[in-house]
Amino acid sequence: MSEASNIEMQNPASSKKMLLAMVSIGVISAFLIVMSFELTLPRVQRLKAEALEKAIFEVLPGTVRTEAFGVNADGNLFEIAEGDKPETVIYVGYDKNEKLVGYAVEGAGQGYADIIRVLYGYDPKEQKLIGFQVLESKETPGLGDKIGKDEEFLNNFKALDVSVSEDGKLLNKVITVKHGEKQNSWEIDGITGATISSRAIGNIIGTSTEEVVPILYEQSKNEPTVNN
Amino acid sequence: MSDDKQKVTSTDEFIKGLWRDNPVFVQVLGMCPTLAVSNTAENALAMGLATAFVLLMSNILVSLLRNFVPKQVRIASYILIIATFVTVTDYAIQAISVELHKSLGAFISLIVVNCLILSRAEAFASKNTIGKSILDALGMGLGFTLALFCLGAVREILGNGSIFNMPIFSEGFQSWIVMILPAGGFFTLALWLLIINALQTRKAKS
Repeated sequence: MSEASNIEMQNPASSKKMLLAMVSIGVISAFLIVMSFELTLPRVQRLKAEALEKAIFEVLPGTVRTEAFGVNADGNLFEIAEGDKPETVIYVGYDKNEKLVGYAVEGAGQGYADIIRVLYGYDPKEQKLIGFQVLESKETPGLGDKIGKDEEFLNNFKALDVSVSEDGKLLNKVITVKHGEKQNSWEIDGITGATISSRAIGNIIGTSTEEVVPILYEQSKNEPTVNN
Repeated sequence: MSDDKQKVTSTDEFIKGLWRDNPVFVQVLGMCPTLAVSNTAENALAMGLATAFVLLMSNILVSLLRNFVPKQVRIASYILIIATFVTVTDYAIQAISVELHKSLGAFISLIVVNCLILSRAEAFASKNTIGKSILDALGMGLGFTLALFCLGAVREILGNGSIFNMPIFSEGFQSWIVMILPAGGFFTLALWLLIINALQTRKAKS
């Protein structure tokens, strides 16, 4: 019982004592946080890089080597310098004969719960999207998160038409339609029970491909390995 | 005599969190994470263990500093201590698995405002020795984990037809989607509270 009333029996502390207590707890806290941050940082970065690399290999089947590029305002690819963070990052994938497999592009947009980040693979030879992965989403588990798990939905991205017209624009913008109403090769068959999330994916890919695919298509013509 | 008494109370400090004063089923504390991340058994277990770790570490530090921290600034210092360990846990979970960090999302940082931890710091650790505080934290932490797991398991089995991502029903099972949604959390919690209360009333009567 004497222990229980310990706090009540303490004399009112002076401001100096309060300040001292708060500052020393602050210092201990800062030390602990910095230490755990420093300790975990290398592993966290490695895990994140591994996850991204795995995703690239998955959306561009047959890739053994990748290179990262940024896209500048004139629509040209440039190599990313140390510490540079371009808005759109393109990963170019090559197969074991050093031939171009395709481009992996990161896209992001508003989902049902939060920003969804995705990665898709573009094959300039076929003018099609050939792979898709959700990198980061906070969609409702069991419903919205089907965008990354539902096989039927993921099958949409095995050959999604993103052909470029003569004047360098997308012929048809990618769009999500209601489940079972897919008629054209550029439409994504939505998911029942994850309407908003699957529509969000359509928007993200639609906007991103509209912007990036014409650039990449032009770019792929300059890749000597494509035309043989 | 005193030795014998000490033993009894030590185990009691530990056991009370598991059953008699279970933070979720009896004290009904920390409802936000309880309802939000208990949609699968795996998430529930991870969230419970993360909370238990923060609870243990903050109880130790609060108990260590209990004679040093002036009464007027005690809540502020508890929050500071709790926030520190939550940040540490956040980094640790990121380093363990990106997948797990993805599925727990914002709820890890929200452990800071879990009233269970603050209430243990204020009601117990600030008035008791380190040994007792550790036992209290372990008991409460495991009790919280157990409760979350009970909720998560029921919700995953009914809502997804699986446990720890392994399907347990045959193909024809129609899952109850509502159990995975927030509403299912309330239903399951109510069910467990009903069971636990019925058991405890019966015990008190006999």
